[in-house]
Amino acid sequence: MSQPAPAPKPDLVTVNIDGKEIAVPKGTNVIEAARLLNVDVPHYCYHPKLTVVGNCRMCLVEMGMPAVDPATKAPIMDPATGKQKINWIPRPQIGCGTNVAPGMHIRTTSQMVKEAREGVMEFLLINHPLDCPICDQAGECKLQEQATGYGRGYSRFVEQKNVKPKRTQLGPRVMLDDERCILCSRCIRFSREIVKDDVLGFIDRGSYSTLTCYPGKQLANNYSLNTVDICPVGALTSTDFRFKMRVWFLKQSNSIDTESSVGANTVVWSREGIIYRITPRRNDEVNDTWLADSARVLYKQVRDESRLTATKVGGQPAALDAAIESAASHLKAGAVAVVGSGRSSVEEQFLTKKIAAALNASVSLVARVGEGDKLLISADRNPNVRGALVTGLIDQLPSAQLTELGAAIDAGKVKTVLAINEDLTTAGLTAAQLAKVTIVYAGTHSNATSEAAAVIIPTSTVFEKSGTFINQQFRIQKFHQAIPAIAGTHNDLVVLGKLLGALSGNAVTTDLAAVWQQLSSEVGLLAGLSFAAVPDTGRVLDSSRFAHLAFPEGETLHFKPAAATAAV
Amino acid sequence: MAVIEVERKPLTLAERTYIPQILSGLKTTWKHLVAPTVTMKYPEERPPIPPGYRGVPTLVKDPNGREKCVSCQLCEFVCPPKAIRITPGEIPPDSEYAHVEKAPQEFEIDMLRCIYCGLCQEVCPEEAIWLQTQYSTSGYTRAEMVNNKKKLYELGGTLPDQHFKWDKKKAAEEHGNVH
Repeated sequence: MSQPAPAPKPDLVTVNIDGKEIAVPKGTNVIEAARLLNVDVPHYCYHPKLTVVGNCRMCLVEMGMPAVDPATKAPIMDPATGKQKINWIPRPQIGCGTNVAPGMHIRTTSQMVKEAREGVMEFLLINHPLDCPICDQAGECKLQEQATGYGRGYSRFVEQKNVKPKRTQLGPRVMLDDERCILCSRCIRFSREIVKDDVLGFIDRGSYSTLTCYPGKQLANNYSLNTVDICPVGALTSTDFRFKMRVWFLKQSNSIDTESSVGANTVVWSREGIIYRITPRRNDEVNDTWLADSARVLYKQVRDESRLTATKVGGQPAALDAAIESAASHLKAGAVAVVGSGRSSVEEQFLTKKIAAALNASVSLVARVGEGDKLLISADRNPNVRGALVTGLIDQLPSAQLTELGAAIDAGKVKTVLAINEDLTTAGLTAAQLAKVTIVYAGTHSNATSEAAAVIIPTSTVFEKSGTFINQQFRIQKFHQAIPAIAGTHNDLVVLGKLLGALSGNAVTTDLAAVWQQLSSEVGLLAGLSFAAVPDTGRVLDSSRFAHLAFPEGETLHFKPAAATAAV
Repeated sequence: MAVIEVERKPLTLAERTYIPQILSGLKTTWKHLVAPTVTMKYPEERPPIPPGYRGVPTLVKDPNGREKCVSCQLCEFVCPPKAIRITPGEIPPDSEYAHVEKAPQEFEIDMLRCIYCGLCQEVCPEEAIWLQTQYSTSGYTRAEMVNNKKKLYELGGTLPDQHFKWDKKKAAEEHGNVH
């Protein structure tokens, strides 16, 4: 990937918000400018990644411009203060639809703004049901927060509230409660602008307006759950998370989507070791504020029925140390092939490489190539193939079929295979080939390879450990442990470190910090970096060394493949 | 150490007969014999419980027999000793109370943890959890001391309802401002 040209310095505009001056780029709207000053302008319909429609009217602010003489354009001074006079607009203006202008003055705390907000809140709450005790949005509901912050505090509405459908299934994963909807149209704009799957719309007028799908259509695209995230109230709810747990009990841990090499940033919401949902985390360089639906159900793999939870040697339960010893004795016999994984973290791939080097074994990786959706799922369905390149585990792109390994097994050149969380049969090896070799399998779920393995060591899923992935932009990103590993499984770093220790005879410390010390001293691209130093939004590594490789990815939301950029 | 000798006075005749002492002792006995009792034969007799008493927390039904709890989990959140544990659930759409949408699948209060503070009752938006008059719980195991949903409704029974919020909601759904 070539270095992007340095961005031209944006034109800065100085505005005055609540008496404080700030210089912001031209084209910034008042809400974003105020956010930079930590001034909250409440809003519902405005979303930084969607077009501005200005239909909720919650972001009303008072606005003024410096006064000039209409004829001479000379500034009119205010004799009382000695400064230029401000002509305040006598009506409140919406902050989302107003871009900053030089010298613009904004008031967000005046009496007019307070009354405007109270009025808007009162109208929004007129037909809003008193559902908070049963509403999944309670605790993260903008309407709830802003009713507390800016509302009147009591209701003057004595008439009967409108009745609307409460349980409309908009799609396989999204449920709509029309009574709670405040008609902000974020979901409509998201479907139209981001996914380009224009299925939602309002019907009827006034307080009877209702959100629905177009006749004969469903909100069924793979990004439908983003509408649930951006819904400022509890109108759109996820059928998977509906009524499962109140959000205030959930612990948030930053993680990374392992579905593809896009590496979308996520938050994993868990309580007492059980994950309840996965939501996107904003990263303007990777996934904006979006996440695919398919990435949100990955937590189910933690407690899947096929999860391995028993360390076994020759089919018999064993302790980890015994299994490591047995594995090491198999591997020391020689003629070993290592099958690493593009789903392992950078740290694990680094230790795998050391194991392979200690055994003088060949290393292969299994490629998973699917079709990219041009948004947040790329063609490369391994989250961390680039990590294997950076750590030097492999120097060529992996292929989906392990034909070379199969040939080597048939030729009798390989007697033992160390498989790290990869199913060799889906990678093209036959059961007969597997039967010819001794397999040491360290992985999370059972499959044909683990069935055939002499030694099975259950390891952790991405939610049960910390580490880093390198995504398609060569951006190294951290994921943090969200829940304790379920009983019977072991941390991958511990397993690999113990195995390396048993092979080399020296004990290896395998906590993340120790591995990172080695990474930063031994891997050129990671020199000077540490786990703690990787920012939450990731850090882009220099990828020029790998420019000659033909990566399978096509264009996605914030990624253009190198070939495409070169062609342009 | 100096020793002080105390002269012991000889007993008078009345004292030597012991009669006045016995009579004065019997006076106290007779007084208590006819005085109203201050103790009670617990557990056959139970004390009257004053209004506002904070006994064992219970779940109650409304006069129509609908379980009032909607498993909002606010009591679980507010409970200082973390005695409450709720598994929320959905009311099936074919139920009479489908309009309430949510009800607890399981509701457990660990009476070994409960400190009878009454915050759960105070925080409940549905007036579903009440600290009523029962004050004595016992059991042979720790598990027995955890009141589950069935037990909580047995203990709670039915309390009068001022609001019938969900009945009004259902009536509005059926006859209300439908477009």
